Amino acid sequence: MNASKPTLTLGPVLYLWEGERWRDFYFRIADEAPVSDVVLGETVCSKRLHFTDPYYQPVIERLVAAGKRIVFSTLALVTLERESHYVRALVADSPYPVEANDLSALALLEGEPHWIGPFVNVYNAATARVLARRGARNICLPAELPASSIEEIVSQTPGIDFEVLAFGRMPLAISARCAHARAKGHIKDNCQFVCKDDPDGLPVKTLDKQSFLALNGVQTVSFTCQSLLAELQDIVASGVARFRLSPQDCDMVAVARLYEDVLHGRMEAEDALARLKRIYPATPLSNGFHHGQEGAAWVARARNIAHGANA
Amino acid sequence: MELICPAGTPAAFREAVDSGADAVYCGFRDETNARNFPGLNFSREELGEAIGYARRKGAQTFVALNTFMRAGHERLWYQAAADAVRLGADALILADFGLMAHVAETYPEQRLHVSVQASASNPDAVNFLVEAFGAKRVVLPRTLTISDIARLAGQIRCEIEVFVFGGLCVMAEGRCALSSYATGKSPNMNGVCSPASHVRYRHDGGDLVSELGAYTINRFPREEAAGYPTLCKGRFDIADASGYAFEDPVSLDVMDQIDALREAGVSALKIEGRQRGKAYVAEVVSTLRKALDARPEERQALLARLKLLSEGQRTTSGAYEKRWR
Repeated sequence: MNASKPTLTLGPVLYLWEGERWRDFYFRIADEAPVSDVVLGETVCSKRLHFTDPYYQPVIERLVAAGKRIVFSTLALVTLERESHYVRALVADSPYPVEANDLSALALLEGEPHWIGPFVNVYNAATARVLARRGARNICLPAELPASSIEEIVSQTPGIDFEVLAFGRMPLAISARCAHARAKGHIKDNCQFVCKDDPDGLPVKTLDKQSFLALNGVQTVSFTCQSLLAELQDIVASGVARFRLSPQDCDMVAVARLYEDVLHGRMEAEDALARLKRIYPATPLSNGFHHGQEGAAWVARARNIAHGANA
Repeated sequence: MELICPAGTPAAFREAVDSGADAVYCGFRDETNARNFPGLNFSREELGEAIGYARRKGAQTFVALNTFMRAGHERLWYQAAADAVRLGADALILADFGLMAHVAETYPEQRLHVSVQASASNPDAVNFLVEAFGAKRVVLPRTLTISDIARLAGQIRCEIEVFVFGGLCVMAEGRCALSSYATGKSPNMNGVCSPASHVRYRHDGGDLVSELGAYTINRFPREEAAGYPTLCKGRFDIADASGYAFEDPVSLDVMDQIDALREAGVSALKIEGRQRGKAYVAEVVSTLRKALDARPEERQALLARLKLLSEGQRTTSGAYEKRWR
């Protein structure tokens, strides 16, 4: 339970953005976005690391100068030896808190204050308490958790902070296989970094042309964009400390301002939703997981429905 | 190497034991396990009888409690663990840290296996589960090549079990919400993937269309055999091309790699298929038992007949083969 005011966190860029673009994105975030914490670092594919490596120093300096707190993200899927080495080195060397996104990072971080990312399965308070005892200070809960689970976990796990994904395409799956590379005639080991051509993911449609999913390298994300705006005050009331905005290929400064305004009661949720649709127009919004329904669903004015579905 | 066999019913359980299983794994008839399908799984009495049957024939029973406990309803999983321990389960197969901690504290003598759903894919992850919860065995995710497994085996302090035959998850297990994105029901939370309750078939012109929730998963022309619409085995459009975006409708078969798996340090070979009937279980288990005991040059002939039982009659080595990535 957190008595202080809830804040916004910018999640890691999940997509492969060219180095300079990645740098400029964070420069603008540092200068203009009302986010308190910024989670930096490659989360999806270890092959991408060299694209952004040269730009970390200037990005970190700019963010710190702007008063942002930095957190380093780790890989969601750690299989190869060099990936294990990368996670070990990150945990050993990072001057900032690290967010664990797999069990190896979790293991290595025992005893020091750290964050837990949405790729570690926290479905109940018993699990959250195990992680808290090991040093977790903030847990970003998995996207598929309904409101009833969030309320229960937060109320039964005192002493640490919880975070909920409030904006962004939802991470749905990760594989050893790269469907993105294969869609473009390659395999993972010879991928030619084709995922950088799709900075917001490569859309997957059904054979009946329904928009459905998007590919991001070895990760599959939702086509819809999770948007918890009308629900924000209820989630705050349940004790959640932070809301995560996951970067998409749109004006993230505008997104952050919108959420900040709703969070502090300066804008009505309905108004904010209309604006959000203009900021990120090509992507339908969804909030189904939060309301105990299919993740792709949009539930309007859903407070009662959600509780009914989970009663 | 041990042969670990699936059972969704008491009849399949007895078939598995009689056909040569070293251990049979099964679950209770509820959301505490990842094959929570209608008409499947065991009551407390049935499990007690099954464990007794296995024991008389020298086989072990592993009980899968491998979903993630629903917040506020942990009692259901704790009771399942208590009952499985009381009934004499040789091992509990677990995925949730909260449940692992509970079992390790409450039943320190109980053998604990790490489910594939826990996604322990590297040495630091596995050793963490060994140290934190006393895990004795890990079922590895289907994300590793055989050389990855060999390297891992040298660095961990527990036994290794791997899937060798049956259904194949394309995504890292325990980390997939595709099913709940389309249907609201997921492996992690409900023990189901692409559940039959949300499947619909319809005719469209000459095609048979399979749907999951509101989404078309596949479309079969008249001359093509229709398959079940498992989400990640569906046909989709990417840019202007249609095809199997994630994986073809294939199943896993790496029984031709038995020697390489043994050399890599694998202790147990696991067959997927708790949802399959007892005839399938008997056929697969007895054939794999013979293959495991046979000399390498005799194996191919034994294994050839299994191809007929595989999904779509096509098989893959999956992630065990590097090019699959």
